[in-house]
Amino acid sequence: MTGTISCRKIVGGVCTGRVLFTRSPINFLSAIDQNTGIITDSSHDLHGISISDTILIFPYSVGSTVGAYSIFSLRRNLVAPSGMICTVKVDITTASGCAIAGIPLVSITNQSDFLENSQNSYGTINADIGVFRIE
Amino acid sequence: MYLSRQEERALNGEFGSPLSTAYKILLAIGQATEAEKLVPVTWSHISGVNYNTIGDAGSEFLSDLNESNAKVSVFTTVNPMGYDKSKKSKIPSEFKRRQLKIVDSYISMGITPSFSCIPYEIFKLPRRNTSVSFAESNAAIMANSMYGLVSNKESALSALASAITGKAPYSDLRVREFRYPKVLVKVEVPVKTELDFGMLGYYTGKSANASCVSFGSHAKGIDIMRAKSLSAALGTSGSCGMFSSEELNCEKITFGKKEADSIKDELNTTEKGDVIALGSPQLGLNELNFMSQHLEGKKFSKPCMIFCPRAVYHQASKSGIIPQIKRAGGDIICDACTCLTPLITKDEYDGVITNSVKASYYLNKFNNVSVCLKDLKTIMNDYLK
Repeated sequence: MTGTISCRKIVGGVCTGRVLFTRSPINFLSAIDQNTGIITDSSHDLHGISISDTILIFPYSVGSTVGAYSIFSLRRNLVAPSGMICTVKVDITTASGCAIAGIPLVSITNQSDFLENSQNSYGTINADIGVFRIE
Repeated sequence: MYLSRQEERALNGEFGSPLSTAYKILLAIGQATEAEKLVPVTWSHISGVNYNTIGDAGSEFLSDLNESNAKVSVFTTVNPMGYDKSKKSKIPSEFKRRQLKIVDSYISMGITPSFSCIPYEIFKLPRRNTSVSFAESNAAIMANSMYGLVSNKESALSALASAITGKAPYSDLRVREFRYPKVLVKVEVPVKTELDFGMLGYYTGKSANASCVSFGSHAKGIDIMRAKSLSAALGTSGSCGMFSSEELNCEKITFGKKEADSIKDELNTTEKGDVIALGSPQLGLNELNFMSQHLEGKKFSKPCMIFCPRAVYHQASKSGIIPQIKRAGGDIICDACTCLTPLITKDEYDGVITNSVKASYYLNKFNNVSVCLKDLKTIMNDYLK
């Protein structure tokens, strides 16, 4: 599928990656292996999947605000997502984590069916002009 | 979010990378919370000092920031670290090394080494309505609710960015209209001790999705000891950053026997403990005075760890309270607190007795130690012989 939708910029930048979509919130501190980028929380629907180099689309993050440092750590270990999209609300953990890790972050709150259908497609976030494009 | 020309230049790195990083953090949070602009703050209180909270990732971030010569630009205090370096303890040397690396980074940035989660009890407070940036949740809630200061419930990173820039996004509790309660808690069980207030706070944090909540008459004239317990628990279980006693026409939730029992079932995980831990938040002069009045030459029948700021320790030493507690067998620990302490491990202890709902949450979840909750007066009655 292809398509372009507008989004709200939180952290600027341009990035490309395979879309990884979930409707479950993510706890960056406790649910992801910071060395591999693999989701280790067995109750999460992305359990066992790596978020490395993806466009990670999720509702919002939960848990301690220290999770912001975990996002930084994923980037340092070269296993961070290329970009992130929040579909319900942008929490300060994700916002500040992406800011220090230099990961483009946008919010798209009214298109979750379209985004779910883009699972595994290649997507490009251009946060600076507020556009998300599915190739 | 609007940025002034000067703020734009700082964001773009014209004044160095630490300021640029700090503005990037504030801009991202400002965008996320739909802030209109940045406003000045006069005091920042930073969390994320204990190695057990920020780990290697946080430590590396602080090291990088420090190597690029980051400095705080406003009065900045910091939360407790993991241990008291003036005392001998069984803390592994590797933990100490990693902890001190974090402390060194903060000190090089020019922070005041307070190592306390109750800055409002040890520093002179600014005038009411002054804008501050407090990351420790009990401190942010106390500042807003008891002292008339203005803060959001900041994160470790946002408070650090505010410390460096002297600014914070103008959103949420910084905006007057958000400082009115959106949820009123109808309390239908007796709430008397600090532990009762802790349970009430924990339930409310879990149940109310609001920046400010009201406890009606229960919050009117509340004393410091109960307010600390309420604030710490409220901040532990949710995103609420302020409480009041105003009874406005808003959404209502009930805290009755069923709700109180469910919280007790969740947090009170044993009926016995082999060590007493007091101080989450750290104890101030109020609580130490209260303890002193009940000691009367008796001794603790179980080991008793008492966490307080070093500044309070010095004050209470002069007035004779500290020697009295030590004679009773109390072990006073400064610069650290019960939360995420490496001093309490499952290998050494099966159960911990405490009056703190916040401590209970962290001891159960992170230290994997069971907790027996009792109010301070009951602890003093039951374990002093």
